[in-house]
Amino acid sequence: MSENIYILGIDMLKFGKYPDRTFAQLGGEAALLALDDAGLGVHDVQAMYCGSVFGAYDMTGQRVMREIGQTGIPVTNISNACATGASAFREAWIAVKSGLYDVVLAVGVEKTPRGMLGGHHEGGISPEGLFGSASMPAVFAESGMEHAGMYGTTFEQFAKVSVKNHHHSTMNPKAVYQKETPLEEVMGSEMIAYPNTKLMCSVNVDGAAAAVVVSEKKAREMGLGRAIRVMASALASDPWNPRNPIMPDVNGCTRLAAASAYEQAGIDPGDVSLVELHDCFATAELLHYENLRLCGLGEAGRLIDEGVTALGGRVPVNVSGGLLSKGHPLGATGIANMYEVALHLRGEAGARQVQGAKVGLTHVVGLGTAAAVHLFEKA
Amino acid sequence: MTQTPTDTLAARPALPWIRLDGPEPFVEGRLCKVCGARTAEVHLACPACGARDSIETYRAPTTGRLHAYSIVRRSYPGVPVPFISAIVDLDDGLTLKGNLVQVAPEPEAITIGMPVKMVFGDALGRTDKDGASYVAFFFEPSA
Repeated sequence: MSENIYILGIDMLKFGKYPDRTFAQLGGEAALLALDDAGLGVHDVQAMYCGSVFGAYDMTGQRVMREIGQTGIPVTNISNACATGASAFREAWIAVKSGLYDVVLAVGVEKTPRGMLGGHHEGGISPEGLFGSASMPAVFAESGMEHAGMYGTTFEQFAKVSVKNHHHSTMNPKAVYQKETPLEEVMGSEMIAYPNTKLMCSVNVDGAAAAVVVSEKKAREMGLGRAIRVMASALASDPWNPRNPIMPDVNGCTRLAAASAYEQAGIDPGDVSLVELHDCFATAELLHYENLRLCGLGEAGRLIDEGVTALGGRVPVNVSGGLLSKGHPLGATGIANMYEVALHLRGEAGARQVQGAKVGLTHVVGLGTAAAVHLFEKA
Repeated sequence: MTQTPTDTLAARPALPWIRLDGPEPFVEGRLCKVCGARTAEVHLACPACGARDSIETYRAPTTGRLHAYSIVRRSYPGVPVPFISAIVDLDDGLTLKGNLVQVAPEPEAITIGMPVKMVFGDALGRTDKDGASYVAFFFEPSA
């Protein structure tokens, strides 16, 4: 068993629309970038985990290996809704942690269908608009309104999340959008599912990200110069909650994963320098401030009002632009979040650098439900 | 509820836990005798405590309170909007999701915690490939 596990190389493609590229090409390109970042080649890789939602049934991982070199290593394909990329990364971490391998590649890749995701039903009649809505904007709107009912959180506070994350993305050349969206524009854009307007919904894009996960032995052999230590890797499913799954619960599993991650790392939430969390909708981000214990219950509205989570604040959240503006290619998102955190820990984030970043937290949650929380520090 | 013409197929329940075999439609809840958890869906064991063979069914109450909502103004293609998607906690603790009706689709008209009652009716004219109609439930404000 290897005591410490490191990310030696990590990278992502700019998120956007790649109609002329295959899953394998996108995933392969990210994999090569990550290997280059690590100073390793395909022959060094001993196992590979590939996360994808819409490519899950197509042996995407093996197809990626055909792009970058078919060495015959074990390849496993992972699908876990929006926690897919983080789950693939975690499998790579477990594989190295177990002592079986010294170098494992994790790839997250997605080509996301256009339009609102979901809506398929089999037999009978469609329940959509008959028994409320199962659309993602509405489901996450309801989670936000639950918070509003308990703590008085307002439409404007939810909208401020989108203003902040769009502002952050103006400094991220790999975000699909680099555009300021003032509060009036966010609140005045098309209402999709109150309180989520169009500018408060994440962007369906294509993309890929990859990480090279290595053992302590390999990291020391290659040099710890730019290595990122994995302090914690936690994954949880939704625990029993009387309203779930009638009302999908993204809170319970996030809290479980966060508790496990903080315990593994032996740190407190106050030690975290920056956070990349699952802002699939603006309403969700505020819930996760509390779920990740960046503040107490009911305090998320105040946090966004006071700029605590903006770049320059006490704990900047989604300085990449987040899913709201960097984009959300489901299977790639989890590893892209880790890439962002790694940039800051390495001091390579340019204009959006979080000064003095020591510890980074990444979080994703996929409905159904799966939540992953990882903690990282510079080696 | 809407009368079903006798020369067409009998109306079907739009959800498995809507029961049409009594004098009036009702929702059948499921109660775990071991831990007291309530669900609408059928599971192999109690999802709250894992107990097997612990479930008894019961007739769910028709009154409750609004727990959360969203006013849906864009849904999947072809779905009429706006409508209010509501999460309702019934008085016994069972949670259901449905349309909140008889209320303007404006935040000012909706209060979380407001008392609501469940009413049954035709599933907005929706029919399946056999031409069968369906019975659904809706929530409306109660005084």
